[in-house]
Amino acid sequence: MQCPKCRGNMRTYERNGVHIDQCDGCRGIFLDYGELETLTRMESQWSQQHAAPPPPPPPPAHGAPPPAWGAPAPHYGGHYGHHRQRSWVGMLFST
Amino acid sequence: MDEIDDLIGELGRIGLRYGDAPPEVLPTRPDVTIVRAGSVVVKAHAPGAEREPLELRMRAVRHPALRGILLEPVTEEVAEVCGRLVTVWPTGVPVDHDDPDSAPWEASARLLARLHAVPAGALPPLPAAGGPARVGKTVSRLDGGSAAGRVVLRAFDSLAPFLPGPGRDPGAGPGPRNGAGLLAHGDWHMGQMVRLHGEWIILDTDDLGVGDPAWDLSRPAAWFAAGLLEPAVWHRFLAAYRAEGGCAVPMDGEPWERLEIPAQAMTVQLAAAAVAAAERAGRGLDEVEGVLIDTCQRIVQFRSACHSVPTQ
Repeated sequence: MQCPKCRGNMRTYERNGVHIDQCDGCRGIFLDYGELETLTRMESQWSQQHAAPPPPPPPPAHGAPPPAWGAPAPHYGGHYGHHRQRSWVGMLFST
Repeated sequence: MDEIDDLIGELGRIGLRYGDAPPEVLPTRPDVTIVRAGSVVVKAHAPGAEREPLELRMRAVRHPALRGILLEPVTEEVAEVCGRLVTVWPTGVPVDHDDPDSAPWEASARLLARLHAVPAGALPPLPAAGGPARVGKTVSRLDGGSAAGRVVLRAFDSLAPFLPGPGRDPGAGPGPRNGAGLLAHGDWHMGQMVRLHGEWIILDTDDLGVGDPAWDLSRPAAWFAAGLLEPAVWHRFLAAYRAEGGCAVPMDGEPWERLEIPAQAMTVQLAAAAVAAAERAGRGLDEVEGVLIDTCQRIVQFRSACHSVPTQ
């Protein structure tokens, strides 16, 4: 088989069941019908099997969460803007 | 008004004996009167305060083991003026109420950790620390006439088995009590921090005693759980307490096994005080106070869920 690009000689290799024709001259590669799809499929299987485990969840920005009876997460943080409220300051500083 | 004027006049005279400037009345809680005379303050304790426990505490607080941790009185003497017990203290610089962000959370945590490490047995004998008993006292001022008040009363009922009460020992209940029997301040909050000679120190011995030191962390724990105290501030406080060897919580991991009952009880106490204050003033609850009521509601749900878990 001749290279369609440079007319060099093409050699046939088999890699994991896929026929690859490579030109001795320009190193170009020719794939038969369906072989590109086969390679893509094998690649995705490989990455699923060898993917690094998902990184552990990052520690919460401010350490451990409040207890179960504490403020629910969605509202959490909503009150800090009211630090100047008299009742908050009163509570902070008095019995 | 005459009686309070007499009291203030007499406190001023005591102030002049120890102090170095014309006396002036300092703002404080309504049942306490404080007069400052320069470098000293003279405190008339709340009506009904008992002499004997106060004298025990005045003696204990002068022990060298507490030096640099708790403010020492100018004199151990407990005077009596117009039927009120009176003590004299050095004047410290409190945290600026207009700048709550400047509150010394780490310094407070370190001092509390050091306080909790002092063996109670090394001090002159002390009564029980304040804290648990104040919850019921504050709640008893509620009449349950409002929806918010009823939520607070329900939360209190759900916690009652864990709190001292008629027929129950202080600290009785099924909760963990690893800390019982240690030294505790009994009423710690940011208003108890003053700077003296450039160093932070804890004041007020009115509730100093033997108890569970986890109660000294109950206010910040309750504020954090309710979502009022920024998580970063709570974790700074907790980390500083642990780094100083504080014994009220485990050195790492979950602090809530030890903090849960004190923090829930403190939430109920703060909510009860808030409802009572709003009712006295004839106003509705503000947002911060509403957050406390919401937290009480969740405490009720949490405790009833704990209760319904089958135990075999």
